[in-house]
Amino acid sequence: MLEQSVAIIARFMQQKAGIQLSANKIYMIEARLEAVVKRFGFAHIDALAASLPMAMGEVQQAVIDALTTNESFFFRDQKPFDAFEQALLPQAIARARDEDRKVRIWCAAAATGQEPYSLAMILAAKKHSWLHQGAEIVATDLSQTALSRAKSGLFTQFEVQRGLSAQQLVQHFTKIDEQWQIAPALQHMVQFEVHNLLHNPARLGQFDTIFCRNVLIYFDVETKRQILTHLARQLPPGGALVLGASETLVGVSDQFKPDPNLPMVFRRPE
Amino acid sequence: MKTCLIVDDSTVIRKVARRILEEIGFEVDEAEDGKEAFEKCAKNMPDSILLDWNMPVMSGLEFLKKLRSYVGGEMPKIVFCTTENDIGHIAMALKAGADEYMMKPFDREILEGKFLGLYQD
Ligand SMILES: C[S@@+](CC[C@H](N)C(=O)[O-])C[C@H]1O[C@@H](n2cnc3c(N)ncnc32)[C@H](O)[C@@H]1O
Repeated sequence: MLEQSVAIIARFMQQKAGIQLSANKIYMIEARLEAVVKRFGFAHIDALAASLPMAMGEVQQAVIDALTTNESFFFRDQKPFDAFEQALLPQAIARARDEDRKVRIWCAAAATGQEPYSLAMILAAKKHSWLHQGAEIVATDLSQTALSRAKSGLFTQFEVQRGLSAQQLVQHFTKIDEQWQIAPALQHMVQFEVHNLLHNPARLGQFDTIFCRNVLIYFDVETKRQILTHLARQLPPGGALVLGASETLVGVSDQFKPDPNLPMVFRRPE
Repeated sequence: MKTCLIVDDSTVIRKVARRILEEIGFEVDEAEDGKEAFEKCAKNMPDSILLDWNMPVMSGLEFLKKLRSYVGGEMPKIVFCTTENDIGHIAMALKAGADEYMMKPFDREILEGKFLGLYQD
């Protein structure tokens, strides 16, 4: 792969997704784009790279999908989900009740769906407490491929064994051939939509809690700042932003304060 | 240190599981079938058991039911580990008193997750 091709692809990913591809990832880029090269009939990866800036939306989307990391687990890190169940959700319900509206949760990097469905399982267990107002989870991601898998609600045996207890598996899934299908009742609680974190999310509306986990790590500080400004506008004062275990906002944004009692939870000041 | 009894007629599975469980701090013993496992439990009740379903002499389910009806046999945390991978089998195992269920093939992450999860709360 030509050096020039690496530069084009890196610039493309930076512009379209905000994602930093480091030069030492050449092998990863080649491996992941091989299928895209074949699928759209390019002679080789350099031909794909050369035409990328002018390529059809479909080709560009396939490149973005191939170069994003969509790995996820049910109840990843567990603690933020405990925080959601015990503190964030009850607060959201109280606020929604005061304002006579639905509880609204946003998963801003939903990938293949494990995170929004984990939240849906918690909501399902607490149904009596929000039934009156209603609740919805909006799950967004940049990758169409990941989102359509999420929407299908089908998971492999390995995926359902990571993070789900046997009890949860029996309760919320049925088996179809070798795949595991999540219950329609949970699927109906989640709305899937393509959304690029670099863009203004105003159209998605206001939320009580935003999960934006294990995605900020791919952006530079300036991009992170811009994204956090966007996210802050979709939350009320006191509203919560939940980040991944290795993510902090130190030196990045002062629009959120870490919650002193809840790990990985950041609040908009009251 | 928590103890774990691995009950499986496959030496390969016992070896693989032993290595992973020892790495996360379990003291491991092994049995080849339900009967041998029951004898070991009667002598020395382990904190947890990794249990195969299909074994000669006494199956995992038979063993589980027998153990759970035995004084002190309600103590160990039991994780089934089997190629039986449908909801019916999982539900049956849970009903008979299993705490967790793992479908083969599994990997290190899944095994660690299940066993560390047992003692989380
Ligand atoms: C590692 S996954 C995180 C999944 C889940 N939140 C979790 O923590 O398990 C990262 C996701 O971020 C998405 N992503 C990357 N850049 C994005 C962008 N600019 N806008 C929206 N999503 C993006 C990727 O497509 C990928 O699905």
